Amino acid sequence: MNASSIVLQLLTGLASASALFLVASGLSLIFGVTRIVNFAHGSFYMLGLYGAVALTTVFAAGPLGFWAAVLLAAVAVAALGALVEMLLLRRLYGAPELYQLLATFALVLVVRDAALWAWGPEDLLGPKAPGMRGAIDVFGQPFPSYDVFSIFVGPAVLGLLRLLLKRTRWGLLVRAATQDREMVGALGVNQRWLFTSVFALGTFLAALGGALQMPHEPANLNLDLALIGEAFVVVVVGGMGSIGGAFVAAIVVAMVKAFCIAAGTIDVFGAPFPLSKLTLVAEFLVMAVVLVWRPQGLFGTPQAVVRASAAVEAPLRPLAARWRIAGLVALAALAAVALLGRSSPYAVVLMIDVLIAVLFAASLHFLIGPSGMHSFGHAAYFGLGAYGAALFFRIGAPMEASLFLAPLVAALGAFVFGWFCVRLSGVYLAMLTLAFAQIVWSVVFQWDAVTGGSNGLVGIWPSAWLAPKPAYYLLVLACTLAGAGLLVRVLHAPMGLALRGSRDSPLRAAAIGIAVPRLQWIAFVVAGTVAGLAGALFAFAKGTISPETLGVGRSVDGLVMVLLGGVHAVSGPWVGAALFVWLQDTVARQTDYWRALLGIVMLALILVFPLGVAGGLKRLFVREETA
Amino acid sequence: MLNRFALLALVGIVVAAPAHAQDTIKIGEINSYKAQPAFLDPYKKGWELAVEEVNAAGGVLGKKLQVVSRDDNGNPGDAVRVAEELVSRENVALICGTFLSNTGLAVTDFAKQKKVFFLAAEPLTDKITWQNGNRYTFRLRPNTYMQAAMLVPEAAKLKKKRWVVVYPNYEYGQSAAATFKAMLKKLQPDVEFLPDQATPLGRIEAGAVVQALADAKPDAIFNVLFGADLSKFVREGNTRKLFEGRDVVSLLTGEPEYIEPLKDEAPVGWIVTGYPYYGIQTDEHKKFFLAYFRKYNEYPKLGSVVGYSTIWSIAEGIKKAKSTDTEKLIAAFSGLQVTTPFGKVTYRALDHQSTMGAYLGRTKLEGQKGVMTDYVYIDGAKVLPSDDEVKKLRAID
Repeated sequence: MNASSIVLQLLTGLASASALFLVASGLSLIFGVTRIVNFAHGSFYMLGLYGAVALTTVFAAGPLGFWAAVLLAAVAVAALGALVEMLLLRRLYGAPELYQLLATFALVLVVRDAALWAWGPEDLLGPKAPGMRGAIDVFGQPFPSYDVFSIFVGPAVLGLLRLLLKRTRWGLLVRAATQDREMVGALGVNQRWLFTSVFALGTFLAALGGALQMPHEPANLNLDLALIGEAFVVVVVGGMGSIGGAFVAAIVVAMVKAFCIAAGTIDVFGAPFPLSKLTLVAEFLVMAVVLVWRPQGLFGTPQAVVRASAAVEAPLRPLAARWRIAGLVALAALAAVALLGRSSPYAVVLMIDVLIAVLFAASLHFLIGPSGMHSFGHAAYFGLGAYGAALFFRIGAPMEASLFLAPLVAALGAFVFGWFCVRLSGVYLAMLTLAFAQIVWSVVFQWDAVTGGSNGLVGIWPSAWLAPKPAYYLLVLACTLAGAGLLVRVLHAPMGLALRGSRDSPLRAAAIGIAVPRLQWIAFVVAGTVAGLAGALFAFAKGTISPETLGVGRSVDGLVMVLLGGVHAVSGPWVGAALFVWLQDTVARQTDYWRALLGIVMLALILVFPLGVAGGLKRLFVREETA
Repeated sequence: MLNRFALLALVGIVVAAPAHAQDTIKIGEINSYKAQPAFLDPYKKGWELAVEEVNAAGGVLGKKLQVVSRDDNGNPGDAVRVAEELVSRENVALICGTFLSNTGLAVTDFAKQKKVFFLAAEPLTDKITWQNGNRYTFRLRPNTYMQAAMLVPEAAKLKKKRWVVVYPNYEYGQSAAATFKAMLKKLQPDVEFLPDQATPLGRIEAGAVVQALADAKPDAIFNVLFGADLSKFVREGNTRKLFEGRDVVSLLTGEPEYIEPLKDEAPVGWIVTGYPYYGIQTDEHKKFFLAYFRKYNEYPKLGSVVGYSTIWSIAEGIKKAKSTDTEKLIAAFSGLQVTTPFGKVTYRALDHQSTMGAYLGRTKLEGQKGVMTDYVYIDGAKVLPSDDEVKKLRAID
């Protein structure tokens, strides 16, 4: 590689950093003001690109048509964003933190199916930008002229945003709301319009980012999730709410990727390793390093505490006697499901999936709810358990031993990663858990010799006495009760009290002598171990595991289950997981557009039960007892 | 605790299992319809056409075929669950389908464990019929090895010394790259491979990758990218003049699913495998092509051929077995000959791989569309490794 190649790679990196920055700046704005972790941001990006491609076929070809299509698509999607904010998210600001995440996740499902319905399954490649079809000469090598344009878009948008935020009254209000939104409301500012306008602007930037990619990539249905991870990384690395930080972070991420691609092959322990393989996780490696080094990102300030976004959770009480009896009856009924093995075998199969999901969700709930640590990467421990079980089994350990050794692998993972994670809080903690999960995922995905690579491992079936589904069901039931029971026991023990105290007021907890980070670290390991047990049960239930067992999709599923059930109810994971698994199974058979239907059902549930289903039911039925 | 009652209610709903019809043969079909719509939408149309044709001709064994289709959400866990559902609740006679290699392998292993017949339609990984093959599993499409092997003789004819390989970083890409390199090295010992570019599936940084490839100054490129990655790569490569004066050998690029989205920017002169539906003049293909066009008013894609041939294979297999019993199906499929739009294919008794082949040709532009030209059909039987090699690869059942 010579000097001119390096310059070209740098320029290429700058162009893609620009594109990334546009999307990330919108995400950062939205999070800063509304505190929404907006999963649907990638969907708006995708809609922007689809919209632009569709509009270019409507408008006459020519310079005006292209740019009009780009702008119009972005404006239209921004209007859609405003509508979403007004009709949906606005109703959820009072809900506990993270709840809006559930709504935006449902939106992802709906938008993807809507795009499939509107534009069909095929990739749509839009036209190149008029006047910028070719390449210019840089040190004797061709460099696309559109990339030159792209390099300038990022700084231009950055400048405009800074102007908007620093020099206008609206910008003043946005900055104020980022610092203390309750105070802004108390001073008489119409928060509703402020939030709507910020959301619309953020959506506009996402859609513009998408539309401007038209000369680079075809509109396709996988763009939403492909993008969202990277956008989050940029926002977090830069520091949440810092637009300038996002700009720097976008450049760092793009440069690291360009370096991995350009650097060729290195020797790792004598084996050649193409560095380009690292692009699978480059952005997450960057994020992990940055967060461990600077817990608030490069340019972030400590996150402002949101006062009274939702009522503080009431202390947990032991159950009243009649509920305990009801619980025992339900337990008997659950055990009786095993008898259905002959008459409706699939019920047993589905219930195995439900219970494994319950155990996984319960372990995540333990972290998110009582411990107050939001994890976006909990699937890592589920997956470590699953792979642990499979690997023990394949080196010849009996299935029973593998099942109970596997959680130790997850525990070890949680022990190592937890040590880093508990030093952080809020969204930074969540993103660091995600980064670790993605790193584990990429190792599993590429370590063919041990993990089977992307294909995974097959032939992990239970011993003969557990092979019949009813028998395996009873094992899963016993493990789920033991695992979930352990978590509930811990919650009512002094450790649980200390955990909840540390969540509600870390400062005061520290003042009365609780070692908050160490306590949270222990909680992290406990939750990881239980998730690992769920993963091990999953491996033997399916006979096959592949990297998706620890992919980001499963982490998100876990979050959805916990939130759907209700963060503030111990029974939340039970209801949420059962509902989610059952809905997925049933809805998928109803229509070709089952993703959209699932999303719509979830949206309806969120609107009816803003505290989660179990939370809502608890409120309905338990209120008269405590009143 | 109300949740426990909710669970009970749930169990109650699940218990209600549908009745089993006697005058139909139920076939379970599993695929990643939502995860891979571009390939699987035409695939579904293909099998729907075949079901219609089989039933119009009186069905098989005097019964109508009925396909019960399920979405596996693109992951092996769900694939195994819907497979359980199809077998235990829908009482299907056999299972077919799958697209991704990992879901395909998961169902392959499920078939072995539950002793269910499984016809893998689309997944390409060699392991389904070789390393992880089992007596219950057959596969229709030519695997990654065969696809790569078709291209190697053409690549060797180019007599280029410096090659570079670009592939999506997962098993399909890795094994295609490895097979290609090993086979080309055998035919042309002086060949030199520059460092690979392994790009994350669906997220290629096309600009940087193209620049890195250009900097390596290869004489020829072997490409395994497809879908959106391919579009980005081709566009960026055209702009940065990567392909000027360089030969490109490219896997699957001639399939309409992947070349047509490129419209008038489709690459010219690449050596590709694919499906030139516009020019195949055999009777089998004409019949299929016309029926498909009549029913859907659109051209078939490769997915359509795969879906169509899958159901016809099953119909012929059941006819030959005169039963839907798993053991009899296995016996019938071993050596089964089926007429597909690509001509006669045989399911080999040796490894349960069908001998379906693919078309090999060069790309060119025709108006606003990329097409294949000078194409020939390569019979899958001709590019399979020797029986001894296969026996070594394939575990004993």
